[in-house]
Amino acid sequence: MAAHSSSQSDIVVIGGGVVGGAIALGLARNGARVTILDEGDVAFRASRGNFALVWVQSKGLGMPEYAMWSRRSADQWSVLADVLQEEAGLDVAHSQPGGFMLCLSEAELEQRRQAMHRLHNQTSLADFPYEILDHAETKRRLPDIGRDVVGSVYSPLDGHVNSLKLFRALREATERRGVVYRPNCTVDRIAARDGGFLLSGAFGEIAAGKIVLAAGLGNARLAPMVGLDAPVKPSKGQIIVTEKTAPFLHNPMVTIRQTDEGGVMIGDSQEDRGFDTVVGQPILSVMAERAVKMFPRLAGLNVVRSWSALRVMSPDGFPIYDQSASHPGAFLVTCHSGVTLAANHALTLAPAILSGTLPPSLDAFSARRFHVPAHH
Amino acid sequence: MFRPITDADSGASLNFSFDGRAMRGRAGDTVAAALLANGVQACRQTPVSGAPRGPYCMMGVCFECLVVIDGVGNRQGCLVPLREGMRVETQAGRRQPEEIPA
Amino acid sequence: MSIARNITDLADRYDLLVVGAGPAGLAAAARAADCGLSVLLADENPAPGGQIYRAVGTTPVTRPAVLGAEYWKGGALLTRLAQSRAVLAPSCTVWSVAPDAAVGSVEIGVSLDGRARLIEAAEVILATGAQERPFPIPGWTLPGVMTAGAAQIALKSSGLVPAGRIVLAGCGPLLYLLAGQLAAAGATIVAVLDTTPRRNWRAAIAAFPDFLRSPYLAKGLALMAKARARLPFRNGVTDLSAEGEDRVTGVRVTRGGASETIACDTLLLHQGVIPGVNLSNAIGCAHEFDEDQHCWVPQVDQWFASSVPAVAIAGDGAGIGGAESAALRGEIAALGAAQRLGRLSREQRDAQAAPIRAALARSLRGRRFLDLLYKPAARFLAPPDDATIVCRCEEVTAGQIRDTASRLGVTGPNQMKAFLRCGMGPCQGRLCGPTVVELIAQAQGLSPAEVGYYRLRPPVKPITLGELAALPQSDAAVKAVVR
Repeated sequence: MAAHSSSQSDIVVIGGGVVGGAIALGLARNGARVTILDEGDVAFRASRGNFALVWVQSKGLGMPEYAMWSRRSADQWSVLADVLQEEAGLDVAHSQPGGFMLCLSEAELEQRRQAMHRLHNQTSLADFPYEILDHAETKRRLPDIGRDVVGSVYSPLDGHVNSLKLFRALREATERRGVVYRPNCTVDRIAARDGGFLLSGAFGEIAAGKIVLAAGLGNARLAPMVGLDAPVKPSKGQIIVTEKTAPFLHNPMVTIRQTDEGGVMIGDSQEDRGFDTVVGQPILSVMAERAVKMFPRLAGLNVVRSWSALRVMSPDGFPIYDQSASHPGAFLVTCHSGVTLAANHALTLAPAILSGTLPPSLDAFSARRFHVPAHH
Repeated sequence: MFRPITDADSGASLNFSFDGRAMRGRAGDTVAAALLANGVQACRQTPVSGAPRGPYCMMGVCFECLVVIDGVGNRQGCLVPLREGMRVETQAGRRQPEEIPA
Repeated sequence: MSIARNITDLADRYDLLVVGAGPAGLAAAARAADCGLSVLLADENPAPGGQIYRAVGTTPVTRPAVLGAEYWKGGALLTRLAQSRAVLAPSCTVWSVAPDAAVGSVEIGVSLDGRARLIEAAEVILATGAQERPFPIPGWTLPGVMTAGAAQIALKSSGLVPAGRIVLAGCGPLLYLLAGQLAAAGATIVAVLDTTPRRNWRAAIAAFPDFLRSPYLAKGLALMAKARARLPFRNGVTDLSAEGEDRVTGVRVTRGGASETIACDTLLLHQGVIPGVNLSNAIGCAHEFDEDQHCWVPQVDQWFASSVPAVAIAGDGAGIGGAESAALRGEIAALGAAQRLGRLSREQRDAQAAPIRAALARSLRGRRFLDLLYKPAARFLAPPDDATIVCRCEEVTAGQIRDTASRLGVTGPNQMKAFLRCGMGPCQGRLCGPTVVELIAQAQGLSPAEVGYYRLRPPVKPITLGELAALPQSDAAVKAVVR
């Protein structure tokens, strides 16, 4: 499809990561003329640093709608994978063979058991199958685990993808769909203009009928320009990746997974350190030690890379989906699980944005939830 | 394929093996140099396409001389001094479970 | 000097850590020790000397003429180190350098014989030197194709030369020096294919008078002239590819519009040297693109201090200047560190540095002529053939990078890495970084300086997960992971 010029866009998506890319693909598949404005090569870009899980278990404690929303996206993920195979010609290595959370002490296991119990008290058990496994049963299913693994939580819904292939496939598919992609275009100002919006920055100006803010941490700055609120803050996560090794880990763990290419990723630290992305050796050591306890054979593998990235965290950790009341046509999308939720974003959220109305099922995700006066 | 120059100090000789073949090397050489001196050009296959590769930079930069040494995979042959009785093997693609010490 | 053979031989803390035992590191360590600093000199190789003085204390090459007089000068640096109070740790890999401004010290991750440890230093001098510039031509991944530097290392440290027919290709002093050394050692050189672009002479000629006033480089010129007279040089080479199925069997060469294949058993490539920036990049030191040397170099001040406090960079790692200048820069960096640690007053430091600076200026005179003359041709920086492998580890081709840059709008190497995996393999981008930047620059109509470089992170050398796991942990770190 021939690309239109960005001056003729129906919708401008601000942010070219996995969230922005998934929404742009969904919009373009439904016939919209879309422009993506993106930052340059050096950006915080959580899409380059995420852990690539399609994950349902343990999500949504405190907000049952989030549990349902995650479940729905996980269910739709194979559809998205097929779309990407067809539209981008890329296999994103999606699989949902069931995932484990391994616990290294009775206290950890008990804490997980209680969390799962509370989670299921707020939703229907039938929708969220899970099992608490002891060491022996975990060992039966994952023969390589170490002695220190006390037990695990298993959910058959969980899985993973190759998130870098997903990132590239979204870019490729949107390109083939004629989406205009403009890198190095940091948006400085958004103004209402002629029933639509005028976006400006060092790159110049762009007019849009609708806009979607999918700029990750940048949303905090952009949202107030159009009457929206995105109180998101960075939460640092560090990841270690090993050299390629023969496949031995077919299921993802919440902190360890083997990629389709053979490398083992170890991750899931969480630190609140502002915009610092420095890799810290003490954290890497803790992560490495836990990983080796979970799978002793990992000890001999060479670490080839480590990196840190910043999660996009709202005050309660759940996504924010909103349309501006004062500036209709301005939408806000922000979350820290852009991979899990990619299917929803492309297949459900994008058509809703195009229709001009977010479905009532997303009401719970409005940032209005942060402004409810506290009751004592 | 490399050969010693004529008037080099040959030094002490060490026995080692490459993929089960008995070879002799000079004490003081690295594993990669000893392989070159024994006519070994390709010491690994890549994990991506399986293409053969051999030592390229000899100074620890390129990671092309990766081999299995005494059962431990993906070692840089150009940085490891040869030792008597060393068992060196082709690094065939990505590291196999048996090449990871327990 | 004492030697640390075991990781437990290392102290918990040194005044100064010097990384790399080439000319810059040897000189820096000896000088700093003479100033009264406690010094650890760590090098991942089994013996000191770096690449230029590789194995100078242990080489089996007995006839001095084979390696040339310049090589044997390295012996004096070893002797000086041996007489100092520095600690030398051979086969010791530095995989992380983390300055902590709050504490006022630098945390160093080191590995020796399969065990890792964290130690501290008040100051660090990186003397990690240079690497050969990647020279991606079709077939450069075939066994039997090596760098000229690799062949020189085999000669110096093991007394080995390639058997059978050798072709050398590229340009730069090291290539000609090696050709002369191989010939002197009795090897069979069937061709030296010189890719020096003819039009470089126009740019270089202005710098020629300075070059002639430089005795050190003029010596090199004499050597080069001698090599050219004796060896089968072919100038004006505009295209190269290595041919063969599972090993190199020939070189396809184009000059003056005509092509031919030269049969060979070994092909040695060289396109100049560039600073190895992986460690300085991972530490977060600021870098800039040097147009004359056409490579990224760390920014340093006149004491070779980097933009990161307590980290200095000496020798070719801070810009290519050759062995003699590297040693001098190491001395100056050591004086700078000694002054920062209060062992020298500013006046003492300046007085001691003055004669060294004069010698440094002399040693660098004429360097610019070489930089300009041997600046690589564009096609050897960014291969025009789409099938040419650029990232050797992940087998990413020039065509994939070009397509991703132009069609998918990727404007920098970090996004390219995310999309294509170039730079994600064990070499951590050392063999593809400069080429990826060049290809993006070409596709986007930008300069390499505008494109930028990979953002690297520790560990800069592989360590095992088990080594990492065995290191000390803080309570805060445990809390961040175990929730």
